[in-house]
Amino acid sequence: MHELGIVFHIIKKIEEVAAENAVTSVNSVTLEIGEVSTIVDTYLQDCWKWAAAKSDYVKDAKLLIETIPAVTMCDSCKRTYETVKYGKTCPYCGSEDTYLVTGNEVSIKEIEAI
Amino acid sequence: MKDFKVIEIKESVFADNDRDAELLRGELKEKGVFLLNLMSSPGAGKTTTLMKTIDALRDKVKIGVMEADIDSDVDARTISESGAKVIQLHTGGMCHLDADMTRQGLREMGTDDVELAILENVGNLVCPAEFDTGAVKNAMILSVPEGHDKPLKYPLMFSICDVVLINKIDVLPYFDFDMEKCREYILTRNPAAKIIPISARTGEGIDEWAGWLLEEVNKWCK
Repeated sequence: MHELGIVFHIIKKIEEVAAENAVTSVNSVTLEIGEVSTIVDTYLQDCWKWAAAKSDYVKDAKLLIETIPAVTMCDSCKRTYETVKYGKTCPYCGSEDTYLVTGNEVSIKEIEAI
Repeated sequence: MKDFKVIEIKESVFADNDRDAELLRGELKEKGVFLLNLMSSPGAGKTTTLMKTIDALRDKVKIGVMEADIDSDVDARTISESGAKVIQLHTGGMCHLDADMTRQGLREMGTDDVELAILENVGNLVCPAEFDTGAVKNAMILSVPEGHDKPLKYPLMFSICDVVLINKIDVLPYFDFDMEKCREYILTRNPAAKIIPISARTGEGIDEWAGWLLEEVNKWCK
């Protein structure tokens, strides 16, 4: 359940941003979550409902999640491919000399607030 | 219709914690305290390995231990039998410690009489890898019964560790554990990892591990 710890960090960050921007209430929070970031969206939503209720700034805020596709780059043949489908092995040349380009994100993109 | 404004944040959820962890490392450097973050899945032998490590190092360095668990104080009780300074931290349902929780734990334990602080993180191969605790070095224990394929399944954990201890080698004859494959899988993800096979039960390999740790403590504290 790392989702709970992640939610606490998100709320702390938003409270800071809200204070800096003289925000009174947050309507929605948009996250960018990578496809292979190991975050379970439904758990994140459940944790959010529970933890957000305790914060004056975000108690009514919706949590919106944008999924970032996972893409891996092959260092041997310099091509990219879908990580979820092929994992660490390049489907074009069979090399394991590959690295994740996108898909590991757990970021706060923006908030909508008054 | 209320008039909402959009405020862009564009920051990783982990960014705040990463900054805090960097700060904590700086504070520890100033005080001359070395912090080791010890991780593994539940039952891999963290507490038993710690007991042996304390035995090997108690005359050479002043040790303090923080036991982090979701509940109970069984591990802290066990460690207290070694005579080392120990406190139990409860994470309140969370599966990992972050830098701020670690700082609170260090404050609670007190570091004036500690040169080597060891954090026994919550037993888990996923979440503790994501949150930098502020430790100087990360170590993890993989035990033989868990299988040699774990570096493939939990790549992040193996990629952030400076040392991987392969524990319970005394039971190798009873398991289909391929040591060479395991080494290969770890080194593919983390070429800099130091791999030390140990048995916390028989004490095999503990000298090499304790030697490495002592050398790192001396480097950091001087």
